[in-house]
Amino acid sequence: MEQESAFKVSTMADLATKGEKPEVLFWVGCAASFDDRAKKVSKAFAKILNSIALNYAILGTEESCTGDPAKRAGNEFLFQMQAMTNIQVLEGYEVKKIVTTCPHCFNTLKNEYPSLGGNYDVMHHSQFLQALIDEGRLKIEGGTFKGKKISFHDPCYLGRANEEYEAPRALIQELDADLVELKRCKSKGLCCGAGGAQMFKESEAGEKEINVERMDDVEEAKPDVVAVGCPFCMTMMTDGVKSKEKEHEIKVYDLAELIAENNNL
Amino acid sequence: MGIANIVFAFLLLGAIVWFAQNIKKISRNINLGKDIDLNDRKSERWKKMFLVAIGQSKMVKKPISGVLHILVYVGFVIINIEMLEIVLDGILGTHRSFASPLGPFYDALIFSFEVLAFLVLFACVVFLIRRNILNIKRFGFREMIGWPKTDANIILIVEILLMFAFLIMNAADNALQIKGADHYTEAGAFPVSELMFGHFVNYSEAALIGIERGAWWFHIIGVLLFLNYLPYSKHFHIILAFPNVFFSKLDPKGKFDNMESVKKEVEMMFDPSADPYAAPAESDTPPERFGAKDVTDLNWKQLMDAYSCTECGRCTQQCPASQTGKLLSPRKIMMDTRDRLEEVGKILDKHGADHNDGKALLGDFIKEEELWACTTCNACVEACPVSINPLSIIMDMRRSLVMEESKIPNELAGMFTNIENNGAPWQFAQSDRANWVNE
Repeated sequence: MEQESAFKVSTMADLATKGEKPEVLFWVGCAASFDDRAKKVSKAFAKILNSIALNYAILGTEESCTGDPAKRAGNEFLFQMQAMTNIQVLEGYEVKKIVTTCPHCFNTLKNEYPSLGGNYDVMHHSQFLQALIDEGRLKIEGGTFKGKKISFHDPCYLGRANEEYEAPRALIQELDADLVELKRCKSKGLCCGAGGAQMFKESEAGEKEINVERMDDVEEAKPDVVAVGCPFCMTMMTDGVKSKEKEHEIKVYDLAELIAENNNL
Repeated sequence: MGIANIVFAFLLLGAIVWFAQNIKKISRNINLGKDIDLNDRKSERWKKMFLVAIGQSKMVKKPISGVLHILVYVGFVIINIEMLEIVLDGILGTHRSFASPLGPFYDALIFSFEVLAFLVLFACVVFLIRRNILNIKRFGFREMIGWPKTDANIILIVEILLMFAFLIMNAADNALQIKGADHYTEAGAFPVSELMFGHFVNYSEAALIGIERGAWWFHIIGVLLFLNYLPYSKHFHIILAFPNVFFSKLDPKGKFDNMESVKKEVEMMFDPSADPYAAPAESDTPPERFGAKDVTDLNWKQLMDAYSCTECGRCTQQCPASQTGKLLSPRKIMMDTRDRLEEVGKILDKHGADHNDGKALLGDFIKEEELWACTTCNACVEACPVSINPLSIIMDMRRSLVMEESKIPNELAGMFTNIENNGAPWQFAQSDRANWVNE
């Protein structure tokens, strides 16, 4: 067997010096660049792309916040500054197609950049992976999660905000897993509590935290795995499960991690 | 034509004039909002209005209240055909003037009105029970205490009384027809009123005429008064629901507007040829405010949203902040917006355009704590059966807090600084962004 080759991710700059352009830009996002848990998701996703030798690249040190949290917190100036700076970088590399593991980056790049001059074909990684499977480029092999109960927690900015409910569920079904819906799901999905810049502040006074409220649904569905598709949901769901002392029974994984683990990557 | 017809004509005219005046006032209030062009994508808008407003597609997401609401809605629309006849009879002094031109179809119509009147009656009684006896959480939030609760009960009780008057009128008419009374030509089919008030046939002709006329007048005066109650009530949604859905957002819910006023300034900062010391271009209009502090900073659609809200609370029931006991309730945002707009309208009527009462929607009605509890998850927008967008008002007020008043929660101010300095909401260097690859 081939020895595990060194894990490598090219940057746009690397490719540009060779006069090459990738098929797609992997927009990593701040959380998936810096948050320890979310970094594992970036790695899992990159490993999947590496495993099928897909030609992709990241911006690396040229990437900067999309401006989503600033915009949602009311700082439109900062958002537009970030957006225009990023658009200049993206235009410099003539980027056409972007994939990201963060629904906040996805929503902002897809919906809010066009009127500032940035027009790209933007996909969430669940949509991108599903497309790779449909095209026959990615095969789901092995049955790590066969028969396992998996619930999907809809991220607001993928679900309600952009009405993508099916791609993540299709991926879970590709794993031969048993998809168990949470009581509040799809268009009625309950937010994890971190959107709209809440991730960066304490919540207002109330009876309980939103991620703890969400655990009512999780405890009712009793899944083996809560699958997420957002780095903020990852933090909130992980903390929620811990607050109920259920971290040994219920694991929280990103969709990319499930596929990477299933494919032994 | 007798004295009764003249009295009726005056009542009708008075009711129409009164209503028109109030409509004018509401329309004036809505137009206090900033202009926004929503006349694009007409066919999509019509489609959405047919589906969501006329078709009630969002209502049935909650099956019990949805189906009951459809009964009242269909009953209201269909029984209004009968109103045409009642008004014509009232003016001309005729009785059931549609009967002879319509023939057997008239019997079928009256039959359906009777059944619908009963169903409306039934639905309103269930609604009253749901609001006052069953402990349904969404009707019990703090913004519903006092007038909003009374308003809801008035609407339901008036509808019940009107339906009763309608059925009593029909029952007396039917009894008079059976007795062969003059003027009461045989017409109509009365399955429900016959069942409810069958004993009317035992009454004298004079008593029955008294009951029939009494119920007729009670019903029509009640309808005219109810019409004029609408502009003062949350029940105004029966009119505004349709245009409100028509003009609602068609883009993905996650797409927030990019403020044009900001765009101009940011573009200038990115323009290497711009002269930073250049005097601003001469302009008659004062610089635009960033975000919304008062209702007049909102756009007309956001103000129409406020008048379209019937305070059902589906938004608040779905809101993650409301569900976990935070101060925020999207329904309250809409109710506050309407209350403040009505107040601003009254000040305008009383003191003219330049009077400032020193109050504002943000601060005097809506607290910062409410605004900062929002996760922008769009659950409220998704839940609204008439496409109201409370989130857009919350966002515009956050913009005012941040960009005009610098009232920013400390942690968020830190987040802004981080993005400005190192391109990430946390304090990590941009040069470390790709480190995850090699860890």
